Amino acid sequence: MSTATSTAAGRTGTKPATMAQALQRALRDSLAEDPAVHVMGEDVGTLGGVFRITDGLAKEFGEDRVTDTPLAEAGILGTAVGMAMYGLRPVVEMQFDAFAYPAFEQLISHVAKMRNRTKGAMPLPLTIRVPYGGGIGGVEHHCDSSEAYYIATPGLHVVTPATVEDAYGLLRASIASDDPVIFLEPKRLYWSKGSWNPEAPTAVEPIGKAVVRRTGRSATLITYGPSVPVCMEAAEAAQAEGWDLEVVDLRSLVPFDDETVCASVRRTGRAVVVHESGGFGGPGGEIAARVTERCFHHLEAPVLRVAGFDIPYPPPMLERHHLPGVDRILDAVARLQWESEGGLEGGSV
Amino acid sequence: MVSTRTGRSTPVMEQRGTHQPTPPPAWKPRTDPAPLLPDPEPYRVLGTSRAAEADSTLLLKLYGELVRGRRYNAQATALTKQGRLAVYPSTTGQEAAEVAAAMVLQEQDWLFPSYRDTLAAVARGLDPVQALGLLRGDWHTGYDPYEHRIAPLSTPLATQLPHAVGLAHAARLKGDDVVALAMVGDGGTSEGDFHEALNFAAVWQAPVVFLVQNNGFAISVPLAKQTAAPSLAHKAVGYGMPGRLVDGNDAAAMHEVLSEAVRNARAGRGPTLVEAVTYRMDAHTNADDATRYRSDAEVETWRAHDPVALMERELTGRGLLDEQRIEAVRQDAEEFAARLRQGMNADPVLDPMDLFTHVYAEQTSQLREQAAQLRAELDAEAEAEAASGAEQER
Ligand SMILES: Cc1ncc(C[n+]2csc(CCOP(=O)(O)OP(=O)(O)O)c2C)c(N)n1
Repeated sequence: MSTATSTAAGRTGTKPATMAQALQRALRDSLAEDPAVHVMGEDVGTLGGVFRITDGLAKEFGEDRVTDTPLAEAGILGTAVGMAMYGLRPVVEMQFDAFAYPAFEQLISHVAKMRNRTKGAMPLPLTIRVPYGGGIGGVEHHCDSSEAYYIATPGLHVVTPATVEDAYGLLRASIASDDPVIFLEPKRLYWSKGSWNPEAPTAVEPIGKAVVRRTGRSATLITYGPSVPVCMEAAEAAQAEGWDLEVVDLRSLVPFDDETVCASVRRTGRAVVVHESGGFGGPGGEIAARVTERCFHHLEAPVLRVAGFDIPYPPPMLERHHLPGVDRILDAVARLQWESEGGLEGGSV
Repeated sequence: MVSTRTGRSTPVMEQRGTHQPTPPPAWKPRTDPAPLLPDPEPYRVLGTSRAAEADSTLLLKLYGELVRGRRYNAQATALTKQGRLAVYPSTTGQEAAEVAAAMVLQEQDWLFPSYRDTLAAVARGLDPVQALGLLRGDWHTGYDPYEHRIAPLSTPLATQLPHAVGLAHAARLKGDDVVALAMVGDGGTSEGDFHEALNFAAVWQAPVVFLVQNNGFAISVPLAKQTAAPSLAHKAVGYGMPGRLVDGNDAAAMHEVLSEAVRNARAGRGPTLVEAVTYRMDAHTNADDATRYRSDAEVETWRAHDPVALMERELTGRGLLDEQRIEAVRQDAEEFAARLRQGMNADPVLDPMDLFTHVYAEQTSQLREQAAQLRAELDAEAEAEAASGAEQER
């Protein structure tokens, strides 16, 4: 388990930066460090991507390294597979979550299976960046929480940052990984700010380690990506109710850090999983099951889930009803059978 | 506006002067499509006046490969009956296209076979036992793709085509002299990946050759239900690459056309789509019943245009095929089949723990736990077996 503070404020040389800037810097550093790294996708060249994550990279590294491809997601990922077969390290940008679906056959039948199929002879060091999730007022097909599709596919790593520093560190680690990584970028956090040191961006963490964003004794909120700031906010609000909530940011859904999660739940005795993805068939079901199997005798209450509804992603004017918010999280916390302990003190020992 | 001097009004157009938008330019095709168009008839060498120019040594080599390929198909089919192969999609009747595809490539080039193309892989030098690993069922890919530069046999149709494009593109970016030849069936040309691969290849001018074997059927579905295009080779034109239509049973023609396509790719002149018109003499696989969708009479008309027989006719005409030569070629094929039988008769040594070894570079804790579970189950199984063995001995 690693414990990290969510901000680096107070450190020398730190400056505020957005997650978008940190991602751009991660791509730039990876391109500069390793000639095998290639960035490819729709509009990633001259325009710098629709979210400007690849801003300036084509100019700096040339169009052979940062390539505007034809508009065809299966073709983009399929050709990236071939490039990886030849020893390159492609970083593919899918323009939006819902536009990655045409590439799913390549993803599931080849990207995820190539290493296994060839007994390790043909690994595919590929990073697939997918802007995902809602909360940006996007119209239909621009706000899907598609993580459940990816985590259901053995052979893929599934990573998602929630802070500026992690955006840099996790993307560097993903590109350096010899396995395919689905790098899910929470769209609504692109413009979120954090302090970091642009002279010496935070060292790359190995993929697969969760982090405790906030320590607490009453209950654990287990979350990732776009829901991390919401959970932090909920934890602050919970103080007024007498709950001291711990927040675990998973950072990686695959591999899953059972150790950090379960250590936290064993300390607090209660847990709520929070994500935007629908609850039925969503990651929360798997997480709740894992926690229950491993921490049963430490649990004071069933593991609850606060998830998006099991509906197609709503139109922008209704999305706030769908997305897990502070109130819904606190409602769930309130249902963690506190009365059995005779008070709101919380914190099992 | 009215001129105070002349009292005449200036036309509005003139008033706007330089603000007038220029009209769109007249449309013209970006490339002259004529040189990209395939011949109206499949290109032939054998049995035509062109045959005279064909090199005898090459024809003899092709003949040897064809006979061996035919024997390979028969042997693999027999292995399904003996339960040594789970399934076998035969290329009987398609040997010319299969062996030519392998023969036109150089050592450093790459072959991207579809699930049916084990013969092409074998003709490129892959051990047939390894080539058949997928179909025996001991592992998905029975070989190291880097050893002979043969990509894993691809079962999801046409999905291997973009890989070939990406690999060829990567090689070109690195300045390496590498051509990729990718194979697909007629049915596979309806897949989106076929379209996307050809488009990417043409846009990137990647050194790729696409070989479509139009063998008449996608399992049971005939070409007429697959496309309304004049030919599959015509599809190339829409992407801005040349399409070539070839008699796929004519090994000399296949070799010539594929060689030229490979040469062009190597020289930086971009990709080519080659359609080999051929016929699947056997059912889709040993598990299929072809009588449900085609007549024996149709099969017989194609038997008259058999790739092995075509080559035999040419070589006999040249006086190159005496009894002795035929016997030598037959002998080589028999020895090859015997080696294959022998290799397939040995039960593969399987380690169930391999199921967890290659999913990721580094095993996740989840997989470590599951591997431990299977290990324990296997140990318990072995213990029980040992115990029952000891029991029986008593
Ligand atoms: C994407 C996909 N869809 C369906 C199948 C099942 N399938 C296997 S072979 C086949 C027919 C293929 O026909 P064609 O492309 O003409 O190749 P051929 O079998 O004649 O070599 C089908 C439908 C498959 N393998 N992949």
